[in-house]
This record gives sequence, C-alpha cells and structure tokens, in this order.
Amino acid sequence: MYDRGKVIAGIIIFLALVTFPFFYKTGKANVQIEPKINTPVIEGLSEKKCVESKEFMRANHMQLLNEWRDAAVRDGQRTYVASDGKSYAISLQNTCMNCHSNKKEFCDTCHSYTGVKPYCWDCHIAPMEAKR
Amino acid sequence: MPPKLPKPEELANVNYKPPKKWWQKGTAEIKEGFWCFGSRPKYLQAVDMPNPREWKPTDEDWKLPDNWREIFLEGMAERLQKYRSFHLFMDICVRCGACADKCHFYLGTGDPKNMPVLRAELLRSVYRKYFTPSGKLLGKIAGARELTPDVLKEIWTYAFQCTECRRCSVFCPYGIDTAEITIIARELLNLLGLNTDWIMGPVANSYRTGNHLGLEPHTIKSNIDFMLDDIETVTGIKVEPSFNRKGAEILFVTPSGDLFGEPGIYTCMGYLMLFHELGLDYTWSTMAAEGGNFGFFTSNDMAKKLAYKIYSEAKRLKVKWILGGECGHMWRVWNQYFDTWHGPADFLEAPVSPITGTRFENAKGSKLVHIAEFTSDLIRHKKLSLDPTRNDHLQVTFHDSCNTARGMGIFEEPRYIINNTCNHFYEMPENTIREKTFCCGSGSGLNAGENMEQRMRGGFPRANAVQYVKERHGVNMLANICAIDRATLKPLMDYWVPGVNVAGVHELLGNALIMKGEKERVIDLRGEPLPGKEGA
Amino acid sequence: MGALISFIAVIILTLLAYGGVKSANMQAIFGIVLPYAAIMTFLIGVSYRVIKWAKSPVPYRITTTCGQQKTLPWIKQNKIENPSDAMGVTVRMILEVLLFRSLFRNTRSELQDGKLLHGSSKWLWLGGIAFHAAFFTVLFRHLRLFTEPMLLPLHLVETLDGFMQIGAPRLLMSGVVLLGAAMFLLLRRFLIPQVRYISLPADYFPLFLIIGIAVTGIMMRYVTKTDIVSVKELTMGLISLKPKIHQGVGAIFYIHLFLVSVLFAYFPFSKLVHMTGVFLSPTRNLANNGREVRHINPWNYKVKARTYEEYEDEFREKMKSANIPVEKE
Repeated sequence: MYDRGKVIAGIIIFLALVTFPFFYKTGKANVQIEPKINTPVIEGLSEKKCVESKEFMRANHMQLLNEWRDAAVRDGQRTYVASDGKSYAISLQNTCMNCHSNKKEFCDTCHSYTGVKPYCWDCHIAPMEAKR
Repeated sequence: MPPKLPKPEELANVNYKPPKKWWQKGTAEIKEGFWCFGSRPKYLQAVDMPNPREWKPTDEDWKLPDNWREIFLEGMAERLQKYRSFHLFMDICVRCGACADKCHFYLGTGDPKNMPVLRAELLRSVYRKYFTPSGKLLGKIAGARELTPDVLKEIWTYAFQCTECRRCSVFCPYGIDTAEITIIARELLNLLGLNTDWIMGPVANSYRTGNHLGLEPHTIKSNIDFMLDDIETVTGIKVEPSFNRKGAEILFVTPSGDLFGEPGIYTCMGYLMLFHELGLDYTWSTMAAEGGNFGFFTSNDMAKKLAYKIYSEAKRLKVKWILGGECGHMWRVWNQYFDTWHGPADFLEAPVSPITGTRFENAKGSKLVHIAEFTSDLIRHKKLSLDPTRNDHLQVTFHDSCNTARGMGIFEEPRYIINNTCNHFYEMPENTIREKTFCCGSGSGLNAGENMEQRMRGGFPRANAVQYVKERHGVNMLANICAIDRATLKPLMDYWVPGVNVAGVHELLGNALIMKGEKERVIDLRGEPLPGKEGA
Repeated sequence: MGALISFIAVIILTLLAYGGVKSANMQAIFGIVLPYAAIMTFLIGVSYRVIKWAKSPVPYRITTTCGQQKTLPWIKQNKIENPSDAMGVTVRMILEVLLFRSLFRNTRSELQDGKLLHGSSKWLWLGGIAFHAAFFTVLFRHLRLFTEPMLLPLHLVETLDGFMQIGAPRLLMSGVVLLGAAMFLLLRRFLIPQVRYISLPADYFPLFLIIGIAVTGIMMRYVTKTDIVSVKELTMGLISLKPKIHQGVGAIFYIHLFLVSVLFAYFPFSKLVHMTGVFLSPTRNLANNGREVRHINPWNYKVKARTYEEYEDEFREKMKSANIPVEKE
C-alpha cells in the first residue's frame, strides 16, 4: 500500500504552506517606506532635529519612550537630558506629538508595515488629525 | 553445559552507567549466557536457506561467505525499497532517548546497546555509511560506520537480544518500532546463514510436520488422548475430539506448546472441555497444529511459508471459519500479516458463534477468531455454568503478552474470563500492564537454555512487577494467553519470585467450568486437590 | 566530542557571516543568494525525502496498538489508541503531531533496592512541546516580514505572545521559551549519561544552530537593534523576486539570516525530517483492522510451502494406524 494520493496531497500542502508568502504579496511589496516629517511645527524649526539623532531614534525610539514612561509615571522625573546636553520635557503628548502631530503618516507608516502595535494609545489619547 | 546462572541478588544489581568508551568504537563482546547456538546446517538445508555451516557465535571466524558484505548491503537496499517502516525508521530517529528505559533488556542488563535507540543505531550507522550522502561524505561525524565483521557480530548479538516486543514503539514520538528493525536485521543475518539453532530447529520441524516440536500426526493424537484421560479422571466425562475431519464448522488451531509439556497442556485441556461442553462442531488438523510461527523470527518469506498450512487446511477440510488458541506472536501474525499473505479467505464464511449467534465483525475478513473473544462472548451470554470458588486458592494476576497487547489490543476479553472464573484477581502496577506490559524476556525465539542469564535479566522487569503483587496481595498465579509465556514465565518465576505458578486463561476456565453430567470435582486439572476438598 | 564539533561548526558559520558582511561586503551573498539557495534546497529536499519514503510501500498493517481493540459490541474499544477506521486514525495522528501523545506517556524507571519503579515522567514531553510550539510561534510571527498587508492573525498572536507587556519592544514569550527549551534539550544531552551516550554530532548541531538563531534574533529585537523597516524591505524584495540590499541593516541580521539559511538547507539531510516523517509512520497511521479488511502488499508473491499431499505422503501409514482420516488410502 502506497497511499499515493495522501502523500501527494501532503507534499502539496507542505509546499503551499511554505511558499505561501510568495503568492500572497499584493503589489505593495516594493514600496518605499518613509515616515513623513512635514508637519507645520517641524517645518518651522530652525534646526530639524529630534531629541536624539535620526539613526538612534529609528532603532531605539521605543526604548526611549519606555524609559520616559517609567521616568515620568513611576519616578516623577519629567526632564530628559539628551546626549548633546539639551533638556526636554518628558511628555508624549507635549513633546513628541507636538512636532510629530501626524500620527498616521509618521508613526503608523512603519508600524503597520512591520506589524507593530504599540500600546502607547492604550492610555494616551491619539491625536485628532486634521484631514489634509 | 549451559553456563552457571548467578544468584538473583547479583543479577538484580544492575549498573545503568554507560561505559566511558563511545559505542561506535567498540565491538560486541559476546558474553556467556547471552547467546544461543548457531543453527545446525541440517535445519537450514531442510528449508533451503542459504549458507548452511557449522559455526559458533564465540568463534573468531564465523565462516562467512566471501561476498558477505555485498549480500548484506544488497539485502538492505532491497528491504529499504520493500518496507516503508524500515526506510523511515532508519531516517527519522532524533535520539531523544524516550525509549531507553522502556526495554526490558536494558532494564535487566544496563548494557547501553540494549537501549532500543542504540540497538537501531547499530544498523542505522551502516545505513548511513552506504545509503546516505552525509554518511558517505562525512563518515564518522555523521554517525556512519563501515560494515566490518565486528560490526556484523555486534548487529547479530543485539538482534538476538531483542524480543520484538514493541514496548519502545509505544513511547516513541514517531512510532519507531524496534521490532521492525530487528526483524529486518534478522532477515539480513539469515541471508548469511546466521540464525540460531533454537529458532531454526522449530522452523525446520514446522515445515515438515506442521509444528515446532516436530510432533508427527499420530503423536499429536496420542498427546491429546493423554489429556482426555486426565479430563476423565477429573470430571468423569469422556471428551472425544475429532482430527482432520472434513465438514466441521470450525477449525481449531493452537500453538503446539499447548500439546506438550506443562503448563501448556492444562490450557489445552481447558479448550477440550469447553468445546465438549458446548457440543461445538469443530476439528483439529494434525498438519495445522501450530499457530505459532518461528518463521516470523527468521524472515518474512519463512513466516509466510509456515503460515500457509492454516488456510490450506481450512480449505481442504471445508470448515467455515478458524478459531485460534492462546498464543502471543501467533496473534500478531494472524492479526497483522496473515490475510495479507494468504488471503482473501473467500472460501470461508464470516465467523458467527454457533452458540450465541454473535457475529465477530472484527474478524469478518480473515475469519480468524481469538478464543478469548469467543469465550468471553459465551460468558456474557450466560452460556457457561461457572464455579469460580474452585479457583479460590488462586490469587491471580494477568500478564498481557507483548504481541497480543501491542499488535492487537486484546485486553478486556481475557480479564473478563478471569473475573468470571476466579474470585481473586489483582492487576500489576499500571505502567507494567496492557500496552505498557513487560516482556517475559524470552520471546521471539530466545527461549533457549544456553542464554538463561539473558532471559532472566530480560524478564526481570516482568518478574519485579509480579513480586509487587505477590508481596501486596499474595499472588500465586500468573495467568496469560501465550504459549511462550507459559513455557518461559515458569522458570522466570522460579528464579525471581518462587511460589508463583503460571497458567493459561483457559486452564482457569477449565477448572471453573461446570460440565453437564460431571462427577463432583475434587482435583483440578493439575491433579491437585481443589480448595475445601483436600481430604477427599 | 560531538557537542564540541557542532559548537565549533556553528561558531564558524557565525564568523563567516559576520566577516563576509563586515569586511567583504558580501551582503548580496548572505542576504539574497544563500537564502534563495536554502529555501530551494529545503523545498526540493524535503519533498524528495518524502517521495523516496513513499516509494517504499507499507506491506503490512503493523499498527502499534495502545488500547483495547475493536471486538465484541459490549467491550468498549479505545477508538483513538487502537483505531479501527479512518476517523480514529485521524484523531490519533492529530494528537501525535500536535500534542506528542506518545511522548506524553513517558515513564522513568528506577531501580531501588532490587525493585524497579516506573513513574510518570513528563519533562521530555514538556521540553519537546515547548520547543516545538515556541518554534512554530516564532516562525509564524516572522510572517510579518513576509506579508503586506499583514495577515490578520499575526496581531492576535503577537498580542498574546507579548501579553505581559514587559518593555518596549514588548518582550515576546515565544522567543524566550524557544531559547529556554532548546537549552533544556541541550542540557539533557549533556547531563543524562544515557542520552549523552547516544548523542551524535547530528544531535548537537541543530540545537546549537537553533540556539544561535534564537540568540541573534533576541539580540536584534532587544539589544543591538536593527532597522526593521529596511529588513522588511529586504524580505519583501526576496519574496517578490526583486531582491535588493538595503543599507542600514546590521551584521547581526545577516548572521541571523545565514544561520536560518543553514538550518533550512541542512533540514532535508538530517534527522529534522522527522517533521514530515511522523506523518508516514506505519505504526501510527494505520487502523488496526487487519482481520476485517485485507491489507494489500504490492510485492506479495506466492511461496513454495509444503502441501498437504507431501505431508500425507510422509505420514500416511502413521495416520492410518492412528485412525486419522487420510485423502488417499
């Protein structure tokens, strides 16, 4: 007894499962992902710089935000001294979102692309964005 | 002279610590008391098996044919293509070790090569060397070994130190069955004439006379006649079975162990009494007077040849269906191989009990019914008068035989019979019964005399569980449904748990069965006084 | 010995990827060529292995029965452990593949004062199931890098996986469990003498490899950081067959990807094929109904067995004198 049918079906299921992403992609595969930083507040800045360097922020913003949360909520520490010596108020709403008021085009671009669902907005109220 | 057997206390002191030396470097030491004599050439010649010669396992030179390596490897290649089980089991083991302490031989010897995984690795390493790219390329790093005479000897030693009981396969996450690997290993060794005398003798006998013991037709009849005399002494009833009678409804086949020697004959007397009491229209066949099949411990080909007589006799005698007696590997073969080999049994009818009208649905294809199925059905339908008090002197426990447990799953039927024929029944510990039952240590043709230490060690876990119920409940009777068990458990008990007797389930039934017109029974089938009748 | 060889092999592989990317700028090799080669080897290799097994038939119905057989109507059959039909077999296989039913039965035997004790032992089962479940979860989670738009269940899995909400990025339990379970499986190979004795390099190598993969993966997420957007641009490029190397992806990613590629390519040549093999295991995937339905052996052949005529010819006189009926007087 060979059970040929069952074996072939099994192989097809195996191949289909493993190669599924090759068939699933829908056109968007090679889009360039670039979060937008063209808010009015940023446009008005003389020096377009976040609290730390762009590279650092790209990779580590989540950790920084986590530290800020702990500092502000648990230790009552509300001032952040950046690596270049400048001080910033520790506040998601008033510091971060002041510049990056475009959550949809800034935060969500990468987050939804990479499947990240931050729980910032479990507590914070997401900014109401004016339709552009 | 068989080698001297150490004392139980010495044997029970098992060292499970593996040796320092890695197994792949070592070769098998063929220890006294752990091997059976090589087959005498006359037995191999009798059944046309290759390379007959005088040889002894402890000889340096096994007188292998010049091209032995080619024979072995070609045989392996052929079987890889014939058996998916073998092919798969050579590939998918991850060596998790779950099987290690499941083997009775490992538990009894502490020899790491008795861990099922390593027993298989002995052959797997050869497989890797000659059949896989990684083994060919990387050799030792990939766990591959050259097939040398020493490696061959090692494979031989451990293929004949496995009873094909399949306990490891219950626990293996991939269902790897060492019995499959041992069966193939033995087939390959048989290509080189490397069987044991204890297996080949019965095979040659069975081919010629139909049974392992070599009983000729008139001897079978006279052996049964002796039993009939004993039955008459016990019950006052003259039982008259028929032999080779055409037109009977049922052909009864049992292992020849039941026809010769104690305690098998008592079980046989139980059958004879039961059939007489029922007035069953059945016959014995002097040719198909062997359900057991030592060919199964030799090769697929040999097993099939020896099994041939059962259907052919059923056909010649024009019976409707076949009833099989208590036996272990016979039922593994009947349940898993027989119909494939010699079916379809379209010359027979789907078995129906003539007494109760029960149709044995699970046997409607091969028409082979197990006697425990047949008898428990009778009891359930209240067709038998039973007096269990006649077994009141017995504190009974039940040993599930490996083959009927893990190659069939007949658990409740024999227990039902015991519970209806005995008042004192106690189970051994949970992890040592049913599908987790421990082998007697002497199955698959290892029940010889010269390997007694091996047998006692292999039976150690079984005996230990019996000792547990003996200490706890005073168990003095080990019931079973296997002829090899009946032959081998007795010496095992005498060695480890003295005071425990061994009986087939139908012996217990024979004693409890109230037969029409019987005289008052004062002795049991063994001629010993029944409880309360000691003075009579 | 086997462990050392395997450990060194994985270290060399790691250094190879690191050196290749850092000093030889071979991003295209490690990011594009090798992953493609690995996945092809995996797909073709695994299929080939399965077909090779399947070409050998299953000549006999050799179910390992682990429960009461189907018999008289009043005796309760264990329909899963001793199945007699396709339904029972299906359930048995599902339990075996998903829950490791057989391993769950595991016992441990100990000899104490001449008495053998057989106790239940679930550690190997627990380690095994934790390892495989975590591996599968991790693999599934990685689909976020291979699907756009993302599959819906991914969010659910990730939310469950990170429900403890420790840190940011959120600590995902599957990674930790995977590493822990792999370490457990490795440690038992070192510490249990019997298991150490049977272990081959082929047993250590995949463990070290998977530990390497888990460590680099965890490091990338929580410690050394890499630009996940660029990574996804790379992975999406791969699956859309328009591969492109993106700057800003660190060496650690290439090490991770290379070890994964090695695992995939090694898979079909190793014991890891147990993943597919378990489905084909004849002791598990057959119904125990050999007496009910005839199992066909495709290479079944006629044997020359002794016939009754030959038997009677040898014993006729003895049979007659014992009053046993004969065919020819």
